[in-house]
Amino acid sequence: MITFMNNSDSEEEPCNERTSLMSAESPPVPSYQDGLQASEAGEAQPHRKRRAGSSHGPNNIAGGEMSGSGVPVRESALENEEEELTLKYGAKHVIMLFVPVTLCMIVVVATIKSVRFYTEKNGQLIYTPFSEDTPSVGQRLLNSVLNTIIMISVIIVMTVFLVLLYKYRCYKFIHGWLILSSLMLLFLFTYIYLGEVLKTYNVAMDYPTLFIVIWNFGAVGMICIHWKGPLQLQQAYLIMISALMALVFIKYLPEWSAWVILGAISIYDLMAVLCPKGPLRMLVETAQERNEPIFPALIYSSAMMWTVGMAKPVTAARGQSQQTWDAAEDGREHLRSPSHAESQMSETRSPVPTRPVTSLEELEEEERGVKLGLGDFIFYSVLVGKAAATASGDWNTTLACFVAILIGLCLTLLLLAVFKKALPALPISITFGLIFYFSTDNLVRPFMDTLASHQLYI
Amino acid sequence: PAFGLFIFTIARDPLRIIILIAGAFFWLVSLLLSSLIWFIAVKASDPQDERLQKGLLIFGVMFSVLLQEAFRFLYYKLLRKAIEGLVALSEDGCSPISIQQMAYVAGVGFGLMSGAFSMINLLADALGPGTVGIHGDSQLYFLTSAFMTMVLIFLHTFWGILFFHGCEHRRWWEIAAVIIMHLTVSGSSFCNPLYVGSLVPSYLLMAAAAAWAYLLSGGSAQNLRRFLLCKC
Repeated sequence: MITFMNNSDSEEEPCNERTSLMSAESPPVPSYQDGLQASEAGEAQPHRKRRAGSSHGPNNIAGGEMSGSGVPVRESALENEEEELTLKYGAKHVIMLFVPVTLCMIVVVATIKSVRFYTEKNGQLIYTPFSEDTPSVGQRLLNSVLNTIIMISVIIVMTVFLVLLYKYRCYKFIHGWLILSSLMLLFLFTYIYLGEVLKTYNVAMDYPTLFIVIWNFGAVGMICIHWKGPLQLQQAYLIMISALMALVFIKYLPEWSAWVILGAISIYDLMAVLCPKGPLRMLVETAQERNEPIFPALIYSSAMMWTVGMAKPVTAARGQSQQTWDAAEDGREHLRSPSHAESQMSETRSPVPTRPVTSLEELEEEERGVKLGLGDFIFYSVLVGKAAATASGDWNTTLACFVAILIGLCLTLLLLAVFKKALPALPISITFGLIFYFSTDNLVRPFMDTLASHQLYI
Repeated sequence: PAFGLFIFTIARDPLRIIILIAGAFFWLVSLLLSSLIWFIAVKASDPQDERLQKGLLIFGVMFSVLLQEAFRFLYYKLLRKAIEGLVALSEDGCSPISIQQMAYVAGVGFGLMSGAFSMINLLADALGPGTVGIHGDSQLYFLTSAFMTMVLIFLHTFWGILFFHGCEHRRWWEIAAVIIMHLTVSGSSFCNPLYVGSLVPSYLLMAAAAAWAYLLSGGSAQNLRRFLLCKC
C-alpha cells in the first residue's frame, strides 16, 4: 500500500507485513496506503517448523506482509493547497520510492545471478505442499493452483488475525510477534545468506568473526527498525530484509506456483484494500480512527520524519495536522502490498513492534513522504528475481520486468495523488511485470537473438 | 557515454527520471509489438527457406523502426498533455520542465533502452569464456557492436529532439527526415559484417543529426566557440 505520509495519523501502525519466512504465519497484510500499513508481520516463525524437524529448508519466511499504506491527506481546510503541494512533491516522492525499489531489485538480481544456492531446488515450503514434478502439464497446473489457494488462504487468515489483534488492542502481542519475526529474519537469514555468498566466492571466514559480524548486523538492525535510528540506515535495513525475504521466496516456491501466486496476490491486494470489508482497509481505518501509526517495522517510509519518541495516539485535536512519523519506520506508501503472510512458512508470527509513533508532534518542516509496505518490495523483487533466475533471455527479460514494475509504481503513485487514499501497490506493477515477462521471454527473445546473430540494429 | 549523460543531466531532477523511464517503457512496448508481428510471420512461414527468413527479418526490422517512430509520436502526445497538467499545477504558471528538455530526456530514454537490449546479453556473454566469433566471424564483433550501440543511443537522443521539434512546429519534413534517417541506419546495419558500410554512414548521420539538433535547441556557432574557449 502506498500512503501519503502527510496525514498519517493512522499510519502509526506500521504493520508491514513483512513476508518474513519466519515460521510465524503472519497474515499478509496488504500494503495499506493510508495509515494502515498493517503489514502483516508475516514473519512466521520458523520455530514450529524447526521444532517439528521439518525437512523443509530452514528458510522460514516470515511473511511480513508489506502493506504499503499511504496516509491519505486529511487536511480538508487546505485542500487545494494540499493538492498542489502533493502533486508538486509527486515527482520527488516517486523518485524516493524508485530508489529503494531499484536497490532491492539490484540486490536480489545480483545474488541470484551469482550465488547458485538460490536457484537450486531444495524442497518446498510447507505452504506449498503440492509438488510440481509431475509429468503432465495439466497436473502441474492443478498443483500450482492448489498451492496458490493454500498460500492465499494462509495469508488471508494471517491478515484477518492481525486485524483482529489490532482491533482488540492486543498491542503487546503484535509487538512481540513482530519483534520475533524480525529477529529471526535478521539473524537466521543473514547467516544463511552470508554463508552462501562466502561459499560462492570461496572466501574463508572463521566462526568468531562470523558471529561478531552477524551479531552486530542483527543488533543494529533491530534497534534501527523497531526503535530509533538514522533514516537512511533504517531504510537500508528494510531494503536488506526485503531482499532476503524475496530470495527465500524465490528459492522455495516452485516455478508455476510462483507466477500464479504473484497474480493471485495482486488480485487479493486489490480486494483487500479497496473493498469496504477488506481486512487491510479495516486496519488502516482503525488506525486512522485511533490516530495511531501503523507498525513501523512493516512499512518503508521515504520521507524524513521527526522521531519524537514513544508513540502516542494522536489526539483528535491534531486531526488536521500532519502527522509526522518516524520517517524511518514507515515507508508507507499508499500502496499497500498485501503483506501476505509470507510467514506462511512459519506458524508463529512475530508481531512487529510498532514503532513509536513520533508523528504526533507537529513539525515545522515536515517533509511529506510516501510510504510503501515492505510486502510490496518483496513481491516486486520476487518477480524480478524469478525473471532473472528462470528466463532464458536473461538480462533482456529482467530489464523489461524492471522497467515495467517501475512504470507500474509510477502509475500507482499517480492514482494515489488523484484519489488520496490508501491504494494497493501491487496490482498494476505486478500485472505489467507479468505481461512483460511472459511476452519478452517468448516473443522478444527470439527476435533479438536473431537480430544479434546477424548484427542488425533496429 | 550514454550512462554519463544520464548521470550528469538527468539524475538530478526527479521529473526527468520519470520521463526517462516512461520513454524506455514506450520503446519496450514498441519492441514487443514488432517482435509479435515478426513472430507471427515466422510461424506462418516456412522455416526451411533461408531467403524467406532473411526477407522476413528485414521486414521485421523495418516494421520495428516504423513502430518505434510511431511510439515516439504517441509519447510526444502524452508529454504534451502532461505539460498542460504540470503548468496548471505549478505555482507560477509555467511548467517546470520545457518541451525541449522533455524531448531530450525522451530521446535518451529510447536510446538507453534500445542500447541496453542490444548490448546486455553480449556483455554478459563477454564475461564468460572467450568463444565469440570462433566460427570464423569477424574478430571485431565486440568493438563494432559497442560502437554501433553507442551511435544508436546518441542517434535516438537527437532524433527525439528533432522529432519533438518537428511536431511542435508542425514541420512534417522534419519528422519524415527522422524516420528516413532511422530506416537508413537500420538498413545500413544489414551490411554487417562489412563494417565499413554500416558504421561510417551511421556516424556521419549522427554528426549531422547532432548539429541539427544543436541548432534547433538554440545553440549556434558562437555559443560553441565560447564554450570551447572557456569564456564565460
